[in-house]
Amino acid sequence: MSLLRIRKPKTRKGKKMLMAREPQLIEAARTMLFVDGRKCGGSVKQFMKDLNQLKKPLVKVLNRKNDITPFEDPSSLEFLTMKNYAAQFVFGSTSKKRPDNIVLGRLYENEVLDMFELGIKQYKAISEFMNEKIGACVKPCLVFNGPQWSQTEELRRLRNLFIDTFHREKVDSIRLQGVEHVMSFTVTDNMNILMRSYKILLKKSGQKTPRIELEEIGPSADFVIRRTKIASEDLYKQARKQPKQLKVGKKKNISTDAMGNTKGRVHMGKQLTGSIQTRRVKALRKTPEEKKENRQKKKVALKAAAAEVLAASH
Amino acid sequence: MDVVKEVLAKHQKELEKYKPITVDKHLECRLDVGTLLITDPNDFDDRELRDNREEYLTALTRDNTQLLLNAIWELPTERVDESIVAKLPEPTTVLPRLRKVPGPRPLTKWEQFAKEKGITKKKRDKKTYDDTLDKWVPTYGFKHAEAEKSKDWVLEVPQNADPNTDMFQKKIDLRNEKVAKNEIQRMKNIVRARKVDMPRSGYLGPEAASSSQLLTAVTVAKSSTASVGKFQNKLPKEKEARGLGVKELIPGGKRKASHITNNEREANLDLIKSVLHKKPKLNVDKAISMQKEEDRLAREAEGAPARKAKPKGKGSRKAVGKKPKGNHGQRAPGKKAQAGRKRR
Repeated sequence: MSLLRIRKPKTRKGKKMLMAREPQLIEAARTMLFVDGRKCGGSVKQFMKDLNQLKKPLVKVLNRKNDITPFEDPSSLEFLTMKNYAAQFVFGSTSKKRPDNIVLGRLYENEVLDMFELGIKQYKAISEFMNEKIGACVKPCLVFNGPQWSQTEELRRLRNLFIDTFHREKVDSIRLQGVEHVMSFTVTDNMNILMRSYKILLKKSGQKTPRIELEEIGPSADFVIRRTKIASEDLYKQARKQPKQLKVGKKKNISTDAMGNTKGRVHMGKQLTGSIQTRRVKALRKTPEEKKENRQKKKVALKAAAAEVLAASH
Repeated sequence: MDVVKEVLAKHQKELEKYKPITVDKHLECRLDVGTLLITDPNDFDDRELRDNREEYLTALTRDNTQLLLNAIWELPTERVDESIVAKLPEPTTVLPRLRKVPGPRPLTKWEQFAKEKGITKKKRDKKTYDDTLDKWVPTYGFKHAEAEKSKDWVLEVPQNADPNTDMFQKKIDLRNEKVAKNEIQRMKNIVRARKVDMPRSGYLGPEAASSSQLLTAVTVAKSSTASVGKFQNKLPKEKEARGLGVKELIPGGKRKASHITNNEREANLDLIKSVLHKKPKLNVDKAISMQKEEDRLAREAEGAPARKAKPKGKGSRKAVGKKPKGNHGQRAPGKKAQAGRKRR
C-alpha cells in the first residue's frame, strides 16, 4: 500500500516504516495502554500498577490525567491507543457515581471493538501478600470457573477479553518447569467476577506428572460489571478472521507408488490461446471459408438456443 | 503371576503415599492447551462459596490447574539447553486481530498485461563491458551516470536538425519528459487501484485546484465541442493552458497531421513563395503626391524664392497619403470596447 501513495517514500528507512504501518500478515504481540482518568487513586491505582507488572514489557503507560469519558466519546482513547501502537487499553478513574472504575477495552482498525466497565469491590494488591513471588514475563495458565461464562454473549466476550489481556503472547513451546503462574476467574450468581492469582508448586506424585499445590500471590479482586459496549456479531467475526496464508493446507496431488517413489500431479490452468505472445504466421490464419463455417455454426447454435427458450417458456 | 501381583500391589502402596493427580468432575472441562486455558462448566457448591470463599476457590482452581497440567505433561517434549520443553499445539481460542487481513495488491496496467502475455522480468546485469571506455561499467545505480557522462563528452547533431540545437539539453529534456510521463502513469495506476472516479483533466474541485489546474480544466472543457473548441469565443483576457500533458487531455489532440490534404499543401507552398520572393508594392497615391512635390520644388527653384515653403516633415506627411477610414464599424469613434455586462 505504500506503493499506492502519491508521495513515494524517498528513503529505504521511510519505506520500511510505511510498510510497518500497514496491516501485517502475522501481527506483533499486542501491547496495552494505561490511561488515567480525571481522578485516579486508591484501589484503581494499585490495580493498574499490578496489571502493569503482570503485562510487562508489553505496556505503555501514560502519566498525565485525562478528562475522558470512554462510553460517551471513545475517540480520544482511540487516538491515544493508535498513536502508541497499542491494541488494548485500560482506563482507570474514580468518581462519586462510579467509585474504583476500570474500563478494559481493545481496538480493531483504530476503533473500539469491545469495552467493559468493571467496578472494583474488593482489592488486595500483590504487595499485600507476604510470600515469595514468581519472576516477570511468565505466561500464566487461565482458569474460568462457573457455568455462566458460556451462557450469555456478554460473558463470552468478557472471557475472550480476559484471555486477550492476560495471556501475554502466543508461544510454540513451554518449559515444563516454567508453568508457574495461574489466574482464575469465577463468575458468581450475582454477576460478580472474582479474580485470583496463584503460584504453582509442583510436588512429587510417584508418577511422571506432578501433583499441583497452589499458593496465592498476586492481585485478588472482586469485580462488578457496570457498563459494556460490545461489537456487533459481524464486526467481531470480521475481526477474528485469520489470513488464509497461515492456514496449513494438506498436500494434495502427491502419491507414492509401489517402489517408494513420490509422484505428484500438476494441473495446468486453462490457456487463453488467444492472448499468448506468439508470432503471427500466415499459414495459421483462418481462410474465408473457415470463417464462414464458424459463422454458420454460431447462427445454428443461437437458433437452437432461442427455440429451446421459447419451448421452455411455453 | 504372583510376582506381577506383588509388584503391582507394591506400586499401589507407594502411590498411596502421595496425593492423587486425578480429578473427578461432573461435566467435562474444556481445554485449550495452546493458550494454557481451561473452562470449567460445573456448578459451584454455593454454601462453600459463601462460607469459606477463599479456600473453596483455591481448591477449585487447584483441581482445574491439575487437569490442565496433566494435559501439558502429555505433550511431546524435547530437550533444549538443559531444560525439558513441551511443544504446544495451535490455540483453539481465536482472538481478534488489530488490523484487517491484508488483501492482495492490485496489479498495475503493465503487470496485468505481462501476466496475460507471459512476459517475465529479466534482471539486468549490474556491470557490462563497455568497448568505447574499455572497462566494466555499471548499467544502473552508483557510478552509472558518471560512466554515461564520460561516454557522451560529445554528441553529434544529426543531418536533418538545425545546427544550433543543444543536443545535451535535448537529452535532458527527453529524460524529463519520460519522468513526467512515468509520474502520470503511476498516478493513473493509483487511481485505478483505489477505484476513485477521477475526471480526465484531473480537476480536484474549486478549493483544492491551483490556478494552472483550473486553466487546464477550462481548456479541456472548451475542447469538448464538435469542432474541438476552435470556434469558441474567448474572453478578453483569457489565456490558453500550456505545458506538458495538456495536449494529451484534449480529445483528438494527439492525432497526426492527417488533415493536411493536397489542396492545402499547395496553398502552403504558394504562401512560402510569396513570402520569400516578395516584391515591393506600389503605393500609387504616395507616388503621385511625391511626384507632385518634386514638380513643385522644381518650379519654385525657378520661380519666387521669397514665397514661404510649405511645411515639410511630419506635418505634411500626416495629412497627405491618408485615406479616410470608417472606424471599423464602431459607432462612437473614441469610445473603448465595452467592458462588463451589456445592459439592455
